[in-house]
Order: sequence, then structure tokens, then C-alpha cells
Amino acid sequence: MAETHSLQDLRHQAAVAAKVFIQRDYTNGTLCQFQTKFPSELETKIDKQQFEETMRTLNNLYAEAEKLGSQSYVEGCLACLTAYTIFLCIETHYEKVLKKIAKYIQEQNDKVYAPRGLLLTDPLERGLRVIEITIFEDRSLTQ
Amino acid sequence: MKMVLKKTPKKRKWETFPGRNKFYCDGRIMMAKQTGVFYLTLVLILVTCGLFFTFDCWFLAEQLTPIIPVIGAVLFLFVIGTLLRTSFSDPGVLPRATPDEAADLERQIDVANGSTGYRPPPRTKEVVINGQTVKLKYCFTCKIFRPPRASHCSLCDNCVERFDHHCPWVGNCVGKRNYRFFYMFILSLSFLTVFIFAFVITHIILNSQRIGFLSALKDSPVVVCFFSVWSIVGLSGFHTYLISSNQTTNEDIKGSWSSKRSKDNYNPYSYGNIFTNCCAALCGPLPPSEQVAAIWASICMHACGHRLSGSFPPTLPIPHRPEGAFSLFLQFSCSVL
Repeated sequence: MAETHSLQDLRHQAAVAAKVFIQRDYTNGTLCQFQTKFPSELETKIDKQQFEETMRTLNNLYAEAEKLGSQSYVEGCLACLTAYTIFLCIETHYEKVLKKIAKYIQEQNDKVYAPRGLLLTDPLERGLRVIEITIFEDRSLTQ
Repeated sequence: MKMVLKKTPKKRKWETFPGRNKFYCDGRIMMAKQTGVFYLTLVLILVTCGLFFTFDCWFLAEQLTPIIPVIGAVLFLFVIGTLLRTSFSDPGVLPRATPDEAADLERQIDVANGSTGYRPPPRTKEVVINGQTVKLKYCFTCKIFRPPRASHCSLCDNCVERFDHHCPWVGNCVGKRNYRFFYMFILSLSFLTVFIFAFVITHIILNSQRIGFLSALKDSPVVVCFFSVWSIVGLSGFHTYLISSNQTTNEDIKGSWSSKRSKDNYNPYSYGNIFTNCCAALCGPLPPSEQVAAIWASICMHACGHRLSGSFPPTLPIPHRPEGAFSLFLQFSCSVL
């Protein structure tokens, strides 16, 4: 509760100092992967390893969502046989993993980023194009 | 302290959508601006099937087997289902850049080009994908660098992921999210038209044995689907080729991966074999829509654990856990009071 309270404070009291955008990494094709390069604007705010750990976990989760395996094939075939009406009833594997990702980002924000005056935005809100990291001004946290 | 749970009216994402698409049923249906030809497609299919079921099915069910109208009905329902699915779903529209993001990109481009004042040259970024150099173009409308295989549809005024083509017959773009529905539509329509055509001919032949050929032809409805059979079957064949080589219509027309361009030009997205390419295109995972708010829940509904579609306004990152959102809202209400 105390952690969500500080996150709440950030959103409603702190002013936005800057925004950093982590772009997509297309070297492996159109799969959803983000660049893990540590941005210079975050050097004073957060540990490089912590940041890379977050990016790596996110990349792994997205890879899991888009994995071509037996589960996705079964889902696809079943959907085709039911003329895609089955999507109205069940949640796809992709959607399940996206929920997992949203939960992970929330958790990271609560535990790691909010105490340092940062906020990760779920890339789904940006069409899976960028991860937006908002840097809040320090002074409001010390009040 | 009294807690007031206000239902704050939020604008749904589709209500502030910047493109030229039209939305129906509270954002659940997304179509292009011009939908006249789509209604024509629907009418043609309904009329042809209607005529077939009315005039030919009884005869064929009696003379041959009653399974014929059953198969016809199944095919017809599949065609209509996939057509509606193709026409009504989000093809994979990329949301436009927020002002902050656009400004950040502009800054990076200026730094890279080192020029200000006059209009800089066309902005491109090169990336190597599986050994092939691909140019990512900057979209001046959407203010983003288009991902590989994305293209801007001038009719809908959106960038669409894995853009295939804009199809006026289905009244929508065909892209990443609805390509498999489009393919199943044209494939099933091919089967349906061939099926109807074959059995109408059978009907005429069987009838002509009794009453003569010219009489039979007069009694039978005009074979509406004769010309459409060839064009639809041809289109299905073309898209089967595209799927098996993992190309889009856009790439094929431009000859992006053609060996005629250069000796070592190849498709970096292909999985190497036809089977995997087909499976990936038709049975691969389906990403959800970022634009269409299927069910926009207010914060109160989030608290009830309603199934979330994953679309949220860009300016307010709401936690996706219902309990977290609810507690935040309570705190917010308390702080307001």
C-alpha cells in the first residue's frame, strides 16, 4: 500500500522532467524485441544492470507471447475450424502473456522505478513501438 | 471520510482516432471510410447463394443427395463469418506518436543529419535483418519510423503493420491482424463458387436429360458466378504463393525480395520452408488491437475484474491489476475530498 501511495504521489504531484524512449530492436525481424542499450539520461537514476535485467525479462516475455509452438498452432487450427468465433469466448495465449507483462511492469514500477522517480509505460499503449520511461523531478519526493 | 466512487467519463480510444476509419458498435467494429463496395460484395454473395439454395438445392437434394445443401450451407456460413471478421477487425494499425515521442525522434534525426532550417532529406534508418539490409522510412503523418513491412495506407491514413493491401471488396486494409481471415475468406469463397458452379451445371445437365438443353438453361438462373470463379480462384492461388514464401502483396508488387534486383537479394522474413511459412501466417499468434477499445471499462469496472482488452489512454498509465486500480482510485477520491 505504501508503495502504491508513492506511485500515486508521482503521478499527481511530481512534474515530468524528461522522457526517454526505448526503441524496438529489429535485427531479428519483426518479432517484438526492445533495445537493451542503457540510455545516458538514466545513468544517474538507476543501476545499469537493473535496467538491463528489466529489458531482458520483457524481451523474453514478448518472445514467449509470439512463440510459434504447438500451443499457438492448436489455437490457430481450432480458431479456423470455428470460423474464428472462438476468439469471442477464450483468451488467446498472446493476451495471457500481455497480462503477465502488464503485471510485471506494474511490479517493477512499484519496487524499482517509482522509488527512483521513474515510471515505465506499458509499450502496448504505444502500439508496441517504444517503452516510454518518464523521469520525474526529484524535489517533489523530498516534500 | 465519505468515499465517492465517481464514474469519470473517459473518451474511448476510437473516439479520438486520428485516421479516416469508421467505428461502429462502441468501437468493436473498425472499417475503412468507403464501404460501398463491401456492401456490394455482401449482396453478391447473398444473392448468388440465395438463388442456389432456392432453385437448385431441392432438385439436387432429391436427385442426388441431401448432403449437398448441407455442405453448401456450411461453406456459406464460413464465407460470411470470415468476410465479416476481415472487414470488421483492426488490420494492425500503428498508433501515431505522442507529441513527446515525435519531439524526441525529431531531435535524434536533427542530430544525425546535422542540419536545421531547410527541410532535411527523406528520413530513413537502416537495419540489418537476418543478413539483409532493410530501410525503415519515416512517416510524416504518423511521426514514426515505420517498422519493417509496415506501410502507410493513404485511403485510411494509417500506418498498418505487415501491410498487404487495401481491399475495397472487404472495405478495410489487410494487414498483420486480419490477413489470415482474408485468406480464409477468399479460399472458402473459391470453394463455394466452384461448388455452386459445379452443381448448377449438374442441375442443368440432369434437367436437360428430361426437358432438353435449351429449356433447362432457360429454367435455370443465369450462372452468376461464372466469371467470379476464375478471378477468385486466381486470387486464392496468388495469396497461397505469397503465404508460402512469406511475402506481402506490397512486397511482391514492388519486387522487394526479387532476385532480379540483385544477386544476393532474398526474403529475410521467410522461415525457409513452405510449411513453416504457412503455419506462421495462418496459425501463428494473433496480437491484440491497440486501437479498438473492445470493452472500455471505467475504473469501477476494472475493479470488478472485467476482462481487459489492453487498450488504455496514453496519458494515464493505469495498473492492470483490478485490485491495484481500485485502491488507487479510492486514494485519489480521498485526496480529492
